[in-house]
Amino acid sequence: MIYLDNSSTTRVKEAVAEKMANIMTKDFGNPSSLHRLGLNAEKIVKEARLAIAKKLNANPSEIFFTSCGTESDNTVVKGVWESRKKQGKRIITTAVEHPAILEPAKWCEANGAEVVYLPVDENCCIRMEDLKAALTEDTILVSVMYVNNEVGSIMPIKEIADYVHAHSNAYVHTDAVQAFGKLDIDVKKIGVDFLSVSGHKVHGPKGIGALYIKTGIHLPSFMLGGGQERGFRSGTESVPLIAGFGAAVLELSKFDSAPKDYLCKCIKEKFGDSIKINTPKESVPSVLNVSFLGCRAEVLLHMLEEEEIYVSTGSACSSNTKKKGSHVLLAMGLKPDEVEGAIRFSFSDENTLEQMDEVMKVLTNVVEKHRKLMKR
Amino acid sequence: MKTFIVRCGETALKGQNKPYFERMLVQRIKKYISTIDGATAERLDGLIFVRTPDEANTEDTLKKVGRVFGVDSISPATEICIEGLSAEEVIDAVGKEAVKTMMSLIETKGVKTFKVEAKRADKNFPIESPQIARRIGAAILKGCKVLSVDVHDPECQIFVNVRRTYAYVYEQKISGFGGLPLGTNGKGLTLLSGGIDSPVATFMMAHRGMYMDAIHFHSYPYTSERAFEKVKDLAQILTTYTGKINMYSINLLPIQEQIVANCPEDQTTILVRRFMMRCAEKIAEKVGAMMLITGESLGQVASQTAEALVVTDSTVKLPVMRPLIAMDKTEIIKIAQEIGTFETSIEPYEDCCTVFLPKHPVTKPKLEKILESESKLDVESLVDAAVEAATLDVIYQEFE
Repeated sequence: MIYLDNSSTTRVKEAVAEKMANIMTKDFGNPSSLHRLGLNAEKIVKEARLAIAKKLNANPSEIFFTSCGTESDNTVVKGVWESRKKQGKRIITTAVEHPAILEPAKWCEANGAEVVYLPVDENCCIRMEDLKAALTEDTILVSVMYVNNEVGSIMPIKEIADYVHAHSNAYVHTDAVQAFGKLDIDVKKIGVDFLSVSGHKVHGPKGIGALYIKTGIHLPSFMLGGGQERGFRSGTESVPLIAGFGAAVLELSKFDSAPKDYLCKCIKEKFGDSIKINTPKESVPSVLNVSFLGCRAEVLLHMLEEEEIYVSTGSACSSNTKKKGSHVLLAMGLKPDEVEGAIRFSFSDENTLEQMDEVMKVLTNVVEKHRKLMKR
Repeated sequence: MKTFIVRCGETALKGQNKPYFERMLVQRIKKYISTIDGATAERLDGLIFVRTPDEANTEDTLKKVGRVFGVDSISPATEICIEGLSAEEVIDAVGKEAVKTMMSLIETKGVKTFKVEAKRADKNFPIESPQIARRIGAAILKGCKVLSVDVHDPECQIFVNVRRTYAYVYEQKISGFGGLPLGTNGKGLTLLSGGIDSPVATFMMAHRGMYMDAIHFHSYPYTSERAFEKVKDLAQILTTYTGKINMYSINLLPIQEQIVANCPEDQTTILVRRFMMRCAEKIAEKVGAMMLITGESLGQVASQTAEALVVTDSTVKLPVMRPLIAMDKTEIIKIAQEIGTFETSIEPYEDCCTVFLPKHPVTKPKLEKILESESKLDVESLVDAAVEAATLDVIYQEFE
């Protein structure tokens, strides 16, 4: 099996899974319990929080565990709207965000917000002048993804945060789910107010995410109840998932871009003008999006799957919304047949160059076979 | 104990074969209620009586019996043993139960007007039906003071049925699907896709007493495994009515590849349809199905015009049944919603890859031209290979 769908989700490492299993069966206490088992569980959570805080150069007290990246995003968008709608109505985001931002933004819109969706250029990056033009005094939130999940482009988050903070009272949020573990993120340096991350994109378990909230900023709670996470996010802490997330983060090392670079080079050489590389030069080492012209991506996906090579069309979350095509690729100005043939290869440190050779062999075959049928 | 009076509808019209149909129907009902502890079913004088140990199972029983083909309607009833009672005593006993039934109706639905309908199945009973109705009505009026009789537009009706050993009181008739008991009309092979129509067609033929096996065509990897799972889900829903379904799946891709390579583009769909029919006939022969069933509706798409259907049919000797042929989409959707397949049918996975859909399909194909195209293909060996490679999924009925 060659797994090249790591932007959808990643494999949990054995050591991480083992640690989680032990916590579920042995250290299974509730951190709120007063006895020793409870205290042990609390320590486990603390350790994980520290690991994530360190990775982001944040203070542990600025890290809040949530159930996933989507919850982190929802908490910010809806929460800022709820708490600041009296100060202003404008929310600025981009046209290429994940649905976890776009949908709550639409929700705010339906409830009276004025949402600006910034366009992107052919590199899937916003233009600073668009942001500058959109930023008004009554803007309460600017939310721009750090890395686009479909093509891997990197947004100028520091520049955005600096400008927004210098010219308005708006908060700055970034959905860093696809950036975490691929880029060095320093929340102090980039100066955002909120940042979302997720466990299962970095070889941690599914069902766990985190939200960085800069000290001094108050956001209303999304979940009310027993007052866990310092009252911000109630619900008994999922100790095994939190520990798994923390352990996975400790395992992260510098992301090797060799598999992506090599595959990209091979694809260019092999297919020449009959493909289009959609991933810009300035991008994370984990994503390579390629349009195979004259092909239907889903068919290629299934043909590759037959050879146990797993890739994605668009993003996994949106693969089911058929017909319309990827909102990201469309926003980048791709033509319909370029959108239709777009495959996303996404990498992890478990991928090797030998695997890429194998992928090229199969890919050459299936693309040729498929094109023959499509050409008529 | 709770009794349910089950009426057999058309089964009752079968003349000399009536006992056979009734026996089949009782058998079906028994199978469906086998999950309810202590439930029994017996037929008596043209009706079927289902009995369950207590009231708690009423809803479950209604749902299960209501799904049995051949059941016209069901009434949950109170059963009164009248053996050895005099006519006056019977009227008293039935009157009491009628009052009880009425009281609960007043409580739950707040009814104010009613009407009694009585039937005397036992003609030896000395009081005639209109009289029974009048006397039970009087008993109800006396027992429930808030009510008045309205024979023209009553808010509720109380039915009384006096039979030989038992009398029955009930207040509702719940419609079943009617039709004929499964297994009284042989076996058919249905061409099941993931769409809205074919599950409805399958249901409709089963509803006339036909056992169903299914054949499904896909073009993996041009169609996805999720689309296949969806068809299995649809078959699973259908089994609640049809019983076990043997589902054969055939990959059409090798055939489609040949068609695309050798035949005119605008004929693709109709050619593929013809191959589907051929494969289906082969499978039908194998499983002993007497007919092929499709969900086609006249003129719905290019392959369903009158001309196209004629060209499609000419490939097979078996009769092709199209129960939806003269129905509008809205009617079909209504049935799909009623039988619970609609929600699954509209899931967005393609079942027939659009790669093979011509931009301008022929709507009035000429048989000669189609035959000419097919002469470029090795039809027989393509069909044989496809049928050879068919896979079988047995979808069992699941009782909740």
